[in-house]
Amino acid sequence: MTRVRTFARQIWQVASIPLLAIVLAFIVAAVVIVVSSVFTSSGFEPLLPLAAYGSLLAGAFGSGTGIANTLVAAAPLILGGLAVGLGFKAGLFNIGVAGQFLVGAFGAAVVGARLADAPAAVAVPLAMVAGALGGAAFGFIPGFLKARTGAHEVVTTIMLNNAAVLLLTWAVNDLVRAPGFSFPRTGEIGNSALPVLLGRNLHLGIPLAVLTVFVVRWLLERTTIGFEIRTVGQNPNAARYAGMRPIFIIALTMTLSGLLAGVAGAIQMLGVIGFYAPGITASVGFDSIAVALLGRSNPIGILFAAILFGAFRAGAPLMQIETSVPIEVIDIIQALVILFLAADLIVRRVFRIRAPKVELTELKTVTQSWGGAASGTPPP
Amino acid sequence: MEWLGTFLRLIWELAVYLVTVLPDMLPIILFLATPLALGALCGVIGERSGVVNIGIEGIMLTAAFFGYLTGFALHNAIGSGPSLALGIVVSVFVGALLGLVHAWLTVSVRADQIIAGTMMNIAAFGVTGYLNRLIITPSGLGGAGVITPFHLPDGVANLPLVGPILVMFFDQGPIAMSVLFIVIALQIALFRTKWGLRTRAVGEHPKAADTVGIDVYRQRYQNVIFGCALAGLAGAFLTLESTGSFQNGMTGGRGFIALAAMIFGRWTPIGAFGGALLFGTATALGVVINVRVPEGDLGTVLKSIPTFWYAALPYLMTIVILAGVVGRSTPPAADGVPYVKEGKS
Amino acid sequence: MGDQPSVLEMRGITKRFPTGTLANDAIDLDVRRGEIHALLGENGAGKSTLMNILYGLVPPDAGEILIDGQPVTIRDPADAIARGIGMVHQHFMLVPVLSVAENVVLGNEIVRAGQLLDLGEAAQRIKLFAEKLGFDVDPFSRIDQLSVGQQQRVEILKAIYRNARILVLDEPTAVLTPQETREIFEVFRRLRSEGASVIFISHKLDEVLAIADRITVIRRGKVVGSRRPTETNENELAELMVGRAVNLRVDRGRSHPGEIALEVAGLRAKDDRGHEALRGLDLVVRAGEIVGIAGVAGNGQDEIVESLMGLRRPTAGTIRMAGHDLTRATVDQRRDRGMSFVPADRHRFGLVLTYPIDDNLALTRYADPPFAGGFAGIVRNFRAIAANAVRLMKEFDIRASGPKALAATLSGGNQQKVIVAREFGQEVKLLVLDQPTRGLDVGSIEFIHKQVIARRDHGAAVLLVSAELDEVLELSDRVLVVFRGNIVGSFAAEEAQREKIGLLMATGAARA
Repeated sequence: MTRVRTFARQIWQVASIPLLAIVLAFIVAAVVIVVSSVFTSSGFEPLLPLAAYGSLLAGAFGSGTGIANTLVAAAPLILGGLAVGLGFKAGLFNIGVAGQFLVGAFGAAVVGARLADAPAAVAVPLAMVAGALGGAAFGFIPGFLKARTGAHEVVTTIMLNNAAVLLLTWAVNDLVRAPGFSFPRTGEIGNSALPVLLGRNLHLGIPLAVLTVFVVRWLLERTTIGFEIRTVGQNPNAARYAGMRPIFIIALTMTLSGLLAGVAGAIQMLGVIGFYAPGITASVGFDSIAVALLGRSNPIGILFAAILFGAFRAGAPLMQIETSVPIEVIDIIQALVILFLAADLIVRRVFRIRAPKVELTELKTVTQSWGGAASGTPPP
Repeated sequence: MEWLGTFLRLIWELAVYLVTVLPDMLPIILFLATPLALGALCGVIGERSGVVNIGIEGIMLTAAFFGYLTGFALHNAIGSGPSLALGIVVSVFVGALLGLVHAWLTVSVRADQIIAGTMMNIAAFGVTGYLNRLIITPSGLGGAGVITPFHLPDGVANLPLVGPILVMFFDQGPIAMSVLFIVIALQIALFRTKWGLRTRAVGEHPKAADTVGIDVYRQRYQNVIFGCALAGLAGAFLTLESTGSFQNGMTGGRGFIALAAMIFGRWTPIGAFGGALLFGTATALGVVINVRVPEGDLGTVLKSIPTFWYAALPYLMTIVILAGVVGRSTPPAADGVPYVKEGKS
Repeated sequence: MGDQPSVLEMRGITKRFPTGTLANDAIDLDVRRGEIHALLGENGAGKSTLMNILYGLVPPDAGEILIDGQPVTIRDPADAIARGIGMVHQHFMLVPVLSVAENVVLGNEIVRAGQLLDLGEAAQRIKLFAEKLGFDVDPFSRIDQLSVGQQQRVEILKAIYRNARILVLDEPTAVLTPQETREIFEVFRRLRSEGASVIFISHKLDEVLAIADRITVIRRGKVVGSRRPTETNENELAELMVGRAVNLRVDRGRSHPGEIALEVAGLRAKDDRGHEALRGLDLVVRAGEIVGIAGVAGNGQDEIVESLMGLRRPTAGTIRMAGHDLTRATVDQRRDRGMSFVPADRHRFGLVLTYPIDDNLALTRYADPPFAGGFAGIVRNFRAIAANAVRLMKEFDIRASGPKALAATLSGGNQQKVIVAREFGQEVKLLVLDQPTRGLDVGSIEFIHKQVIARRDHGAAVLLVSAELDEVLELSDRVLVVFRGNIVGSFAAEEAQREKIGLLMATGAARA
């Protein structure tokens, strides 16, 4: 019984702050909903949050369609969260997931349209690779600049996000516009579409995303490359002392991060949307940051956090239809979650949780040393 | 060899074109530069005292929204003019309030300054989108309109040489007009006043300031709040002086371009203003080329460049500046480093 | 001097830091008006802590402070300044990009109309003070354009501007040239004739004897004596400072030096601020011998070690190991040749505190077999890493809850043992040690010293850099003294005399 207890306690230690941060965020968001209901035509409704959250839950898990939608929404978030989380591990903040996602989606759309008539076994992988490479390129640029010039990746990635939208709009309008449609868009992807499994809209991208979780976890925890990435993030000086090259690691990590975001775009394109048109936006960019922070940059944590946020995104439309609470409330909840994670003091104060440092100092007494034993002379 | 001749001729034509177009471009440049300049000043004031704020974009957006909301809600009751004026006040206040939040997160809680700023941006998009959809869009109503810009008398506007410059700075709305004065005032304040001296000390060597009895925390709080009030003013400009409407995400990255202007200007108010003008020029160029199309070969060349390059120019410039300049222009030494008073924790 | 009244009395000052170190142990200090009073002691004796307490930077655990006979409480620097105490820190509290005038008035600005700085008035006052003290200063020059000596005088001006009557200077001559030292002493004399008191912290015997009216010697947190210069000499002071008792008695045994393992010739390097730290340094270490470098911190030791490690590029000179030129080799390549390093800053370079012990023990060879293997050599071998950890933890008696304990949870001694265990492998040919026992408890120090000797007896060449003269004298077969980036003395262990070496460390010359 105690083994279960210890396991449960370990999970609590890791997951308590994120879970409580979500709870607190929902509470604060509820206040926002109630207060803002004053300004709506239907007037003050103190119980609105309950109805809203109820619809949210129903929309996400209340039916087969709901669960399917949740998983479909979660898939790109898993990959986006991994992208951001991988960056965090190396001490980098990749806010460029939004742009890398779009470039990946575009690449997959264009190559997919080209291979629409090819056998699926050829078309799908090639289109996916195109997406991955596009994202990787848009991750490499800020990574290289940061490594070589110190240009802060936060600003360069955001600038590239904006530039990417413009670049791709022009590309669709002038370069790869498919004929025969009333608005600018890429062609039909035909056989490049991700096959559907288990019916509904559950496409191959979903298990692929889950698989990636384990690949990234393997990379980070079991390989020397992962060790280098983590060490550079924890202590770049010690990394140099250990013979690692932080410059190379930084560029590599940003590239891998962009690659993951690009794959996210690719599976969204090939599994859901089917074509690229100007004006496609994705909340994946900011969602991925919240997912990575919630999951504490740990791949398994990210998996759960992504499913949670996928549920939010999948259930929000129903909530908006049934209770008129705008779907942007999810963005507010997201910001609150990040706030509470960044200032976790607040969560601790509210829920009266001790800081983990207490546990560390408890261990200290075990390790006081009298170094005499190995040399055989007793301490003076 | 022939291409070299053509190339040189094109350069010459470009130069002539720019000179002829410049008088018309100037007011547009200042107009476009205003939010960038105010955002950059927000960055300068904060970072000079050691606090990094990448949430300027979010603060601008939120202030823009609430300024618009004020005008939207009140213009029928108290008239356009007063409601717009009140809207500006609200925007500035919202900016200062968000500045307080940012200061609390970065100075007192000592959270990661980049994450705090990112949170501000995400919250801004969320809150403004939420309220926009909840209150404004369903109503189908419009806002209070736009502040009427001031117009110089024709006699002044047509003065040779001086005229276009006067037009640039004074043929504008109130916020755009105020930018020049704010820049000059801040330049003087930063380098010649007690406040400015303490700010710079706290940003370069907070421990030294501490040992002579300066309250580092208080100085940083003051600066961040005041700077973000300016970012609020920038938001007011976007909705109340520029467009008269609100769209989700209308700041479009200006908060980040403002950071680049700040770095380009070496963290001085005048330099930041110069950077903002530079970015304004880049964008204005794209506008002008489409409106007053140059003739001949130059026209063909310029028109063959896809429009997205002109639109993307500010963003690409930001990247180039960050990569090229930031290594050579040094921020305040204690920038971004939370200060912990020694001996007390 | 006569018996002037005491302007400052510190009674029974005690301070223990959270780490457990007793920095000040019931210290009594008495300073007269118009007196130059020296606080003499080794690095870490507790002198700086005492003065930080006086200046309100650190609260004392016990004791009281009296100024002009009145007990006072000093809670922060503002209090201290208000009571007429000014402090010039070892690391100047000057803002480099601001001017002299701006730095002097900071916090007590002279203003017109509430906010506008009146730097002209400030400049006038500054020039007046400077004149009184016998030197010249341009109030509008930027601090980072001034020499160190000039910056120091600006710090003194800061204190005088605030009406300081008690001026505390922490190791003022540590960074001065002999010429600048003479000049600053002249300033001290002028201050004294104005009725102010000067307390200066130092470990330099000749200077203290030259300028002070009275000298208080502190050793390991306690006052061990108070003298007038006329009553004493350098030898007595050195003895008081460094003490007789040697806490560690390790039998070094005989060394059997073999081939030359490390040869450094004409090494030049710059420090982090771009100043020349190494000026054509030469040294040689043979296999089976321990060479120790003694010196006051900041004379180039960091740069020597970093150049040897491969973390700092020398601007000239060569580093050869067993004949191979390693001047430009990477850290990895040096390790491949059998070099091992124990860095001075163990938290910054030596360990990743958030990693468990086993990862830290494999940190420097993480990519090589047996720690990594299959699949193109990138898969880590956890079994090997764990086995290595278990073995080393036993061999080096590292006390922890297990190989998975985080390095941050270990005591300082055990953290250092992890680094030592990692670096003191069987195959090591050249061992570079930088402050290997700094801040450690007695038992750990003894243990590590024994290990060092064991490695030497196994045939390794050992280069030891330490600010603890005791440690150098005890372990080294040969002692070198470094001063301002050059080796200024070389002694075999039998010839090494503490006083002679102390003098070389402090002055760079063999004669006082």
